[in-house]
Amino acid sequence: MKKKILYSLRSPYREQLDVIGFRFGHGRKSAAIVGAMRGNEVQQMCVCSRMIQELKKLEAKGLIAEDHEIMVIPCANYYSMNIGKRFWAMDNTDINRMFPGYWQGETTQRIADGVFSKIQGYEYGIQLASFYQQGNFLPHVKMMDTGFASPELMKDFGLQFGIIRKPRPYDTTTLNYNWQVWETKAFSVYANATDVIDENAADEAVYAILRFLDKQGIITANTPPGYITKLIDESKTKQIRSEAAGIFKSCIEIGKRVERGDILGTISDPFEGEIISEIRSTVSGTVYFEYFAPLINSNTVCFKIIK
Amino acid sequence: MIETIATAALAVNENLNIQKRRIQNGKSKKRLSLVTGTHGDELEGQYLAYIVGSCLDEHIDCLDGIVDIYPALNPMGIDSITRGVPMFDLDMNRVFPGSKDGTMIEMLCSMIVDDIAGSDVCVDVHSSNIFLQEIPQIRMSVPTAPVLLPYAKMMNVDFIWIHDAATVLESTLAHTLNTRGTKTLVVEMGVGMRITKEYCRQLFDGIFNLLKELGMWSGETAPVREPTVSEGREVGFVNSDAAGIFVPCVRFGDIVDKGTHIGDVVDPLSSKIVEKVNAVCDGMIFTLREYPVVYGGSLLARILQPAAGGAEK
Repeated sequence: MKKKILYSLRSPYREQLDVIGFRFGHGRKSAAIVGAMRGNEVQQMCVCSRMIQELKKLEAKGLIAEDHEIMVIPCANYYSMNIGKRFWAMDNTDINRMFPGYWQGETTQRIADGVFSKIQGYEYGIQLASFYQQGNFLPHVKMMDTGFASPELMKDFGLQFGIIRKPRPYDTTTLNYNWQVWETKAFSVYANATDVIDENAADEAVYAILRFLDKQGIITANTPPGYITKLIDESKTKQIRSEAAGIFKSCIEIGKRVERGDILGTISDPFEGEIISEIRSTVSGTVYFEYFAPLINSNTVCFKIIK
Repeated sequence: MIETIATAALAVNENLNIQKRRIQNGKSKKRLSLVTGTHGDELEGQYLAYIVGSCLDEHIDCLDGIVDIYPALNPMGIDSITRGVPMFDLDMNRVFPGSKDGTMIEMLCSMIVDDIAGSDVCVDVHSSNIFLQEIPQIRMSVPTAPVLLPYAKMMNVDFIWIHDAATVLESTLAHTLNTRGTKTLVVEMGVGMRITKEYCRQLFDGIFNLLKELGMWSGETAPVREPTVSEGREVGFVNSDAAGIFVPCVRFGDIVDKGTHIGDVVDPLSSKIVEKVNAVCDGMIFTLREYPVVYGGSLLARILQPAAGGAEK
């Protein structure tokens, strides 16, 4: 393993921010794995740190294939992590909305450029992504439908679901989208949690990435058997939104199969405690996202169901 | 008449309400919408909305048509000094056109668009952010310029910036409305979290001039200035390379030569200048950093280069 500072930035009074990359193997650029770009992406950083543990062991045993190099960047934004902010410490901008970056641009554009210039040219790119909303996901893999890479590749992660997303205008400045524009086959792996550590989901994400690298012939790894991944177009999943606001209670676990009409959760009046809304499934399928916060506004996505 | 054009229930005993005030007189159905408060830290439009509404109230007989004033598209942001919508990751001006079937913010954005669409002209007032000061200007993309430029010139701004279209900007309110045929002018002026009365008064004159040109206003108007238009000119960006405290030595609106000393980034701990900042080109400083703390990359100034022949000199 080689540890290298990929990009540095000075601040007026804090120690220099160093974005650190960990390289394994030698030769052609095969896979880059990027963890936290936001200050609350602790689970994403944790998954990368476990990947580093696993890759160290594989490298020591000579199980990284000849002429393959893997890079892992656990955290590009610990400045925000150390002060409890999700976005950039100074101006609240989001590094993951600044790609491909610009070396003469504003601070977060420079960080994005500094990182992107070092992770360009890899054949595969894996980002540990987080969702903007509080909630639990079934671990799954997602890719942007840019037409560059085949969605079939998502099956090699062996996660239960592979989701294809049609990019919207605001997606065009994300890492995943730009990786594909620059001809890296890019995937986002969702390891359930964000600002807390979910051990089981972290293990599942690590196994999925190892499984994927193994299938591509980059490493040789023994992993538990994965799922036969079901590929789904995101627009075909069903979002169930809250019709009222108040105290939210989920009545279902993610991963469970539900039938149309089943109760998924309830919303209670925050003062009087009466149930004011029952959230029912409008389709039959598998719950792959549940909202996770005690309070809920109206029109909030509280469950996502794969039909 | 004050109307709630979009509403959503919040968790505890409160609704998020987006309101507008309709001021109407005469027979004409022509409509101008004055929109502001998409970003909760941009407050210049608050005073502008107040003085425009107040003047219309006082001289209602001079109005022939409808003026809709939307002072706070992001009311929770304004009330909590939050640029975005509190508890929502994305900038509200990256969510348009929204969706009736979407999340709370997408639904609100969709309702906002439906309400404003159909106006003859919409003026969407922004005021930079807390970091930068801007001279009163209107921004538009190259594809929209042929339609919008004549209206922008009526608005008494100092500068019209015609910039390249960027995909990410397709999610803005202005792009959505322009795509739907509602001519929408984006104003940037002043600085975040402050009110610059002088600029508000300047734009006030522009709005009443626009109303007159649209045939909606028969009252008095002030003469408007001829704006500098960026067409055929380049904009120079001055970014800090060092981290420290930026202390400018030019003023906003100054005309500078390439290489002119425009400020320093200093380190108060060592009492050293860590970066001497010079103009990257000839031209007029139309953006200047207001917030002194900088990192590498912080925008310090924007300079509009003169037209061929250096007209501004």
